[in-house]
Amino acid sequence: MRNYKIKPPQIIILIFLMILVLLAYVLQMDLVILFNESLTKLVMNGVLVLALIPMLNVGAGMNFGLPVGIVGGLVGLCIAVNFRLTGFFGFFMSLFFSLVICAILGWIYGRLLNRVKGREEIAGTFIGFSMIPLMNYFWTLAPFQNRQMLYPIGGQGLRPKISLEPYFYNVLDNFCLLKIGALEIPLGLLAFYALICLFLYLFFRTKSGRATLATGENEAFARLSGIDIGRIRLLAIVLSTMLAGIGICVYAQSYGFIQLYDEPLSMAFPAISAVLIGGSTGRRTWIFEAVLGAYLLQTIYLLTVPIANEILIPEVTEILRTFITYSIILYALLYRDKRGISH
Amino acid sequence: MRNKEPADKLFKLEHLVPTVFLILSFVAWQFSGLSGTFVINQVITRFIRDGLLVLSLIIPVVAGMGLNFAIIVGAMTAQTALLFVINYQLEGARGILLVLFLGILLSALVGFVIGHILNRVKGKEMIVTIIIGFLANSLYQLIFLVGFGTFIPVVNKEIILSRGIGVRNAVDLGMYRNTIDKLWLLKIGDIEIPLFMILVVLLFAGMLYYLLHTRFGQQVKAVGSGNEKAEIAGINVNLLRIKVIILSTVLAALGQLVYLQNIGMFDVYTAHMNADIISCAALLAGGASIKSAKIRHAIIGIFLFHTLFIVSPQAGQNLFHNAALGEYFRSFVAYGTIAFALIINIKHEK
Repeated sequence: MRNYKIKPPQIIILIFLMILVLLAYVLQMDLVILFNESLTKLVMNGVLVLALIPMLNVGAGMNFGLPVGIVGGLVGLCIAVNFRLTGFFGFFMSLFFSLVICAILGWIYGRLLNRVKGREEIAGTFIGFSMIPLMNYFWTLAPFQNRQMLYPIGGQGLRPKISLEPYFYNVLDNFCLLKIGALEIPLGLLAFYALICLFLYLFFRTKSGRATLATGENEAFARLSGIDIGRIRLLAIVLSTMLAGIGICVYAQSYGFIQLYDEPLSMAFPAISAVLIGGSTGRRTWIFEAVLGAYLLQTIYLLTVPIANEILIPEVTEILRTFITYSIILYALLYRDKRGISH
Repeated sequence: MRNKEPADKLFKLEHLVPTVFLILSFVAWQFSGLSGTFVINQVITRFIRDGLLVLSLIIPVVAGMGLNFAIIVGAMTAQTALLFVINYQLEGARGILLVLFLGILLSALVGFVIGHILNRVKGKEMIVTIIIGFLANSLYQLIFLVGFGTFIPVVNKEIILSRGIGVRNAVDLGMYRNTIDKLWLLKIGDIEIPLFMILVVLLFAGMLYYLLHTRFGQQVKAVGSGNEKAEIAGINVNLLRIKVIILSTVLAALGQLVYLQNIGMFDVYTAHMNADIISCAALLAGGASIKSAKIRHAIIGIFLFHTLFIVSPQAGQNLFHNAALGEYFRSFVAYGTIAFALIINIKHEK
């Protein structure tokens, strides 16, 4: 948080955001409702952004293999739905299952990434991509029993979109929802998010957490001070994967559907671009940066939808989103290496 | 020069991957129940369609830049050239020549830009080329879905969506379809061999082979074996890397044109999708690694990879009564091959 400086990309993003807000105002859209939604969107996507921090801080770069954790979380969600667990119990059980599965997946993923030190990003991208068709087998063949999850015809294979409506749809969103006039503040949701931030903050205060930071700052020096680099990196990668699992659970309960098959494929990119907007340079990243980035990016996403519908062609929203996402990632990759921060 | 021990390991790997693919293809073919002639005909078609795209990957690998996923941008420039020419309704030889000219010009320009970008991120080229590919795809969609009819005047009303803005999903290439494909068609039994197109692909392969053995090729190899060494030898490394990328992008653009004229239908927004992944996987299947690639890897790779690609859905259908499982298998093979190559190769570096 010290030396926090606003950099050119953030200025551009802020100007863009202000133009969008202005446009929304001119088009007489309900700004209060948009603000309410922006808070929900922040937490909905924010945990996935937080999931990137441990790997960034250990010096393993941006976690392009986020889908590994996401599919782990999806399996957890499916198990909870399979047993028809509802309400808070259902949600927390899905978190529990996700954490167990993600820990295993994260361990394998971490072992793989430890072999490709220095090129984690490209290897992570393809490990993540490979997970998708592999998991498609699982979604098609796994013996789930709940009829509401399966294809209506044939009864084999999970549906691409499973509704959470009868189970734990919006349990967090609606918990302690504070209403002041039209303003709705999802206190429960924000508290859950704050709890995860706090957990990460405390983690970096522990001995392992400090070792993580030291490894990210200067690996040679960390090794000299007796830190087991391989173990610490593995820990950070497992943590990152587990947080991604929690992230998708929060996302699904907010969105109302479990999205399977090819859906997780490109979920890593918006998260990475969010953390970069927040001010991360692909190295040491503060929690504050992840939260700020997630809020800025999600608000832009949110505002582009109605505005594009109003003044342009509907498809523009999605294209603009991807365009913004990838521009930011590309910029960060170029900028980072120019300053010679990277190896 | 490489010392002996890693060279031995590479040698083994070079044979291991194609062998695995050969066995997989054979097993999948047995289960698919498809006739041999059908598979051979299909593989020959794919060889023509994908040949140049796979070949375009070789030089960047030799130059030590890894797999150039940005060939997808080359494919998009070819499609851009094609759409502009169709928009102005130029037919016949004049149209084809203009497409070629525009395609080469655009892809050379784009290659120049990508080359510059990659010079700033030495050692991380692959992840950057992937992001460049995604970004270019957004830009491409923006131009054709939004730009056409708003900023770009529409001459040919047939290719535009009914709302007047944006190009249709599919544009018919009737006037170009199979113009050169059926040239010198050789028939042996039920197997059709379009000799001309095979020769075109082989010609390009020969040209690449020749190029790699000229002075330029020696310089590329020198750069590939280490930037510092090359610089001591007096090679302008940055300029050479830009040339390499331009060459790769132009080849990819030509490759995409061959691909499109062979298919005869032009899916404006999806024709280029996965061209990079499939081509890279095919090259690796032939025994290439991200450090070394030869012409023969490309040619063997296309045959092996596409055989597996053709037979696996049907094999999935017969084995599990679900064709989708075969589809998953082949996307897993495509992504998995690249992931495997990355993990194995980086380990070997040390």
